Amino acid sequence: MTDQDEAPSPATIGGDPALSVDHLSKRFGDRIAFDDVSFHVGHGEVFGFLGPNGAGKTSIVRTLGTLIAPTSGSATVAGIPLTPRNGVEIRRRISVMPESPGLYLRLSVVENLECFADLYGVPNPRDRVDGALRAVNLADRAQDACGTLSKGLRQRVALARALLSDPVVLFLDEPTAGLDPVAAREVHELIDGLRQRGVTIFLTTHRLEEAERLCDRVAILNTTLRTIGRPDELRDRLFERTLTVRTRVALPEPGAVFGGVPAVDRWRQDGPTTYVLAVSDSAIAAPAVTRALVAAGADVLAIGESHHSLEDVYLELIDEDTEASRR
Amino acid sequence: MSLSGRRVRAIVRKELRDYRRNRSLVVTMAIFPLIFLIQPLIVVLRTPESSSATLGQMHLLLYMLAIPVLVPAAVAASAVAGERQQGSLEPVLTTPMRREEFLLGKALAALIPSIAIAYAVFAVFIAGAVLFAEPAVASAILKGPDILAQLLFTPLLACLSIWIGIGISTRSSDVRVAQQLSLLGCLPAVALTSLIAFDVIHATLGLALGLGAVLVLADAIGWRMVSPMFDRERLITGTR
Repeated sequence: MTDQDEAPSPATIGGDPALSVDHLSKRFGDRIAFDDVSFHVGHGEVFGFLGPNGAGKTSIVRTLGTLIAPTSGSATVAGIPLTPRNGVEIRRRISVMPESPGLYLRLSVVENLECFADLYGVPNPRDRVDGALRAVNLADRAQDACGTLSKGLRQRVALARALLSDPVVLFLDEPTAGLDPVAAREVHELIDGLRQRGVTIFLTTHRLEEAERLCDRVAILNTTLRTIGRPDELRDRLFERTLTVRTRVALPEPGAVFGGVPAVDRWRQDGPTTYVLAVSDSAIAAPAVTRALVAAGADVLAIGESHHSLEDVYLELIDEDTEASRR
Repeated sequence: MSLSGRRVRAIVRKELRDYRRNRSLVVTMAIFPLIFLIQPLIVVLRTPESSSATLGQMHLLLYMLAIPVLVPAAVAASAVAGERQQGSLEPVLTTPMRREEFLLGKALAALIPSIAIAYAVFAVFIAGAVLFAEPAVASAILKGPDILAQLLFTPLLACLSIWIGIGISTRSSDVRVAQQLSLLGCLPAVALTSLIAFDVIHATLGLALGLGAVLVLADAIGWRMVSPMFDRERLITGTR
């Protein structure tokens, strides 16, 4: 399945998107990093980019961050066309937090940030550094050498560094890679805070629960863009809504019970006493199914709506690719 | 194209802070000057007054011109390769900084301590010769033209050495390899200054002017050659 016909995000309607990518491709010799990728990201949106290792996520971030040149296609980053001549201007308006923090380990936290404040040319660098340190709760470690910090704290310093320039678009390339759950949750809270401040965030990750929790929309990339949309949209698009019914004993005539129930499209038996019903609207179907079961004198143990996670969507698409590559 | 002084200063300041805390770099920066200070100082202090004429035929001061060649070569070789190796190059390249600002900052950060060390060693040598050598020996080695040549050629040689070092650093992913190649690349300059110092090549005003012109030209060409070698995509992805 390939699905690149995305609906416009709310923030792009009636205005320029923060990021606009049109049929963008990148090849390294014979190797395709990513191919024919198109999407738009609205202002203030948190946009997740998911994909397995080698899918091209980092290459897209590097391309949009002007570090590498696309082979074909076009893009607009923070309102500026992506061309070699516009590199400096684009980099003025964005921040990139690479997967590896890349701090100067012999320098203190504040020295690292002061250096980058100067490189970004921010006004009042001291105030900006203090503000960034407060934003990531690192003010008390400001004088510590970065080499003495834990991996989680280094990620926080890298995030503070990315916030220094007050970017229009913030690229976060796997910001929680290698972090323990507590450190990852701290980074999630920071990203949540940025979302509330209206920062446009482009987040690459292969932590699906992270994307589901943080992102307004997600795209799944596996060299080509496989799908794009809100997590619930993707679930609906890929999986039908189902109700799972469990009874104490098998129904003598399940077809008579489930046939004709409003909003139930079809049903199948999944085990001796379990029935899976495809429904168009679970809010209508669930009470109607319950009434039909009671009327049939069935002992109902459970009725539940099946929940498909973003992980199910992801695995379905990536499995399709794996299968296709085997054929 | 206008360069930002603030960004260049930021790189210089960062580098100087980093040098101070990098023990292996401090050792590298100290070891060459010590070698090129101690050896001629011993020669001067052990030379009797009767041999001062022989010493006077040489240009022992110029022997120390190896310091501004070797010290910045080792430092500049880590300029780009070091950042690549520790993963700090990518964040730097995502800032609005131009490659010319980055390279200029790196070059100045290597130049400043190198010249300071070279002049300091030079001053220590002169002080040692004046205070502890036989007066005739001291006056035989301390010649006005040699002192002037030392002062003028130090920055010119250091700049050449820096561009060679940075050029090699942009093409290498390993700091040690870059340092070794950089030192190797600077050996012709060391050989030339040593041959002049030991009067194998006779030092004349014409030779000094010619060498000066060649170095100015080489420094200008070095800057123009190194800048295009700094390819963001290749440095980040290792391709191209």
